[in-house]
Amino acid sequence: MIGVSGLSVSYGAVQALRDVSFSAAPGKITTVLGANGAGKTTLLRTISGLVRPRAGEVTLEGDRITGTHAEDIVRRGVGHVPEGRGVIAEFTVEENLRLGSLIVRRSRAERQAAFERLYGQFPVLGERRRQSAGTLSGGERQMLAMARALVAEPRVLLLDEPSLGLAPLVTAELMSTISQLCATTGLTVILVEQNAKSALRIADQAVVLYIGRVVADDRAEVVAADERLRQYYLGLVE
Amino acid sequence: MDAFLTSRPVADILGGLTNGVIYSLVALSLVLIWRSTRILNFAQGAMAMLAAYVGFAILAPTTNYWISMGVAVVAGIVLGGLTERTIVRALYGKPEINPVVAMVGFLLVLESVAAAIWSTVSRSLPTPFSIVDWQLRGRPVAMSPFALYEVVTAVVVMVVIAVVFQFTRVGLQLRAAALNPEVSRLLGVRVHRMLTVGWMLASGVGAITAVLVASNYFTGLTPTTMDGVFAFGFIAAAIGGLDSPVGALVSGVALGIAFQFVGDYLNSNAIILVALGLLIVSLMVRPNGVFTRRAQRRV
Ligand SMILES: Nc1ncnc2c1ncn2[C@@H]1O[C@H](COP(=O)(O)OP(=O)(O)OP(=O)(O)O)[C@@H](O)[C@H]1O
Ligand SMILES: [Mg+2]
Repeated sequence: MIGVSGLSVSYGAVQALRDVSFSAAPGKITTVLGANGAGKTTLLRTISGLVRPRAGEVTLEGDRITGTHAEDIVRRGVGHVPEGRGVIAEFTVEENLRLGSLIVRRSRAERQAAFERLYGQFPVLGERRRQSAGTLSGGERQMLAMARALVAEPRVLLLDEPSLGLAPLVTAELMSTISQLCATTGLTVILVEQNAKSALRIADQAVVLYIGRVVADDRAEVVAADERLRQYYLGLVE
Repeated sequence: MDAFLTSRPVADILGGLTNGVIYSLVALSLVLIWRSTRILNFAQGAMAMLAAYVGFAILAPTTNYWISMGVAVVAGIVLGGLTERTIVRALYGKPEINPVVAMVGFLLVLESVAAAIWSTVSRSLPTPFSIVDWQLRGRPVAMSPFALYEVVTAVVVMVVIAVVFQFTRVGLQLRAAALNPEVSRLLGVRVHRMLTVGWMLASGVGAITAVLVASNYFTGLTPTTMDGVFAFGFIAAAIGGLDSPVGALVSGVALGIAFQFVGDYLNSNAIILVALGLLIVSLMVRPNGVFTRRAQRRV
C-alpha cells in the first residue's frame, strides 16, 4: 500500500509535479499514464527516494518514507525497475540477480533456490545465466530487470515503461506476467506506461498526469471509456 | 641451462620483472580509484610513503618487519578512507581540473609533513630476506630471495584484489557502484560507503608497494621515495587503460622489462625518454588504453 499526498517536485525552475495525490492498493495494478514530460518518471523516482520533494509526502503502509534514503527505501520493500531498465550490461545475468538479492538475508542455498524459482518463471534467463547482460535482447533485459527487482521479494513494485521498445507480442506477454504476479502475491504494482492501451487492459486503477498534475484518478475501465481523457491526454484516438 | 639462466637477456627480464610488478601495483591502485571515483590520485605515492613511515619510523625500527608491514598497511587503509571522506568528497561533480589541483596539492603537503617530522635523510628499512642474488656455479642469477619475495607479494596482492572484486559481496557492490551508481542505490548498495572502501583498498595496496620500494638498499625511505615509481606506474596505467586492472598489471610488467633492456643495452638515461615515447605513442594510437575494450568505453 503506497500513499502519495500533496507531492510537489521541482528541478530548479521546472516544476515537474504539482500537488499530486493518489494511493495504490496491494494486489492491484495502479497505472500512471501521461504524455512525454508529464512527470511519470519523476513520480516513481520520488517514491523510491532518488528525488526529494519540495512538499508533500509518500507513505508505505501508513509510515512516512519521504526523506529516507533510496538505499533504505528498497530495504523496506519498494522495488523500482527504472526507465531504460538499468540492467548492468557488464555483469552476467546471475550477477545482476545477486545484486538484486543483496538486501535479503539468506544462505547461499536459499539464494540459489530463489534464483532457480526465477529461472523457472523466466526460462530464457536461466539459459543465459552466465552470459553478460549486455548481450541480451531488449525483451530479455526487461525480464532480467523485473527478475532482479523480484528476487528481493518486494511488497511494492514500481515499473517505469516496461514495454518501451518491445514488440507487441512481447509486451502482451510481459503484461500478463505482471498481472499474474500481482494477483498471486498481493504485490502493490505502480505501472508507468506510454502504451496506455495495454496498461489499461491489465490495470485496476488509473491515474492520468498532465504537466505534473493529476487530471484523472479512477478505475481503469472508467478511464478507458472516457472519451475526453482518451482524446486529450492519452492520444487514444480511433 | 645454467648458462641460459645467468645470461644477459634473462638477467634483464628478471630484473625488469622485479621492478615491473611495482609499477603494476602503483597502476592497479590508480585504476581502482579511477574506476570508482573518476579521480586521478596524484597523491597516491605520497600517501603510500606516509603509511610506510608510520609502519617503520613511528614503530621502532627494531621491531619485527612483519608487524611494521602490518601497521603500514593499516595506516594506508585508514589514510585512504580519511582522504576520501574529507578531501575527495568535496571534489565529486566538480570541473575536472579541481581534483587534479587538489591531489597534487595534497601530494606536496604530505611530502612536506613527512620531511618536517622525519627529515629528508634516507632511512634504511630492514629486509626479511637476503638481497644478495642467488648464484649458479659461481655466476649470479638476477634474482635475490628479497626480489622473489617482492614478486610473490605483488602477485598475492593482485590475486587477493581480483578475488575480492570478482567473488565477494563487497566486490559485487564495488563494481556495481562504479558502473551504475543510481541503479546500485535502487538495489540497496550504499554507494558512498563503496567509494570509501575503494580508496581504502587502493591505499592499502599503496602502503605495501611503498614498503617494498623503500626496502631497496640504494634509495631507502625518504619523503620522495615514491616519486619516480609513481611516475612510471602512472605511465603504465595510462598505457594499459585507466579502466582496466588487467591492463595496469600487464603494462607495468612490460614497462619494467622494457626499461631494463633499454638501460642495459642503450643507456640508463634513455629510460625516461623511452617511457615518455611509449606513453605518447600509445595515447595517439589507443587514447583510452591498450587494454580497454571498445564496448566498455563510456561515451
Ligand atoms: N534531472 C532533471 N533536471 C531538470 N528537469 C528535469 C529533470 N528530470 C526531469 N525533468 C523535467 O521534468 C519534467 C517531467 O519529467 P519526467 O521524466 O518525470 O517525465 P515523464 O512523464 O517520465 O516523461 P517520458 O514519458 O518522456 O519518460 C519534464 O519537463 C523534464 O524535462
Ligand atoms: Mg519517463
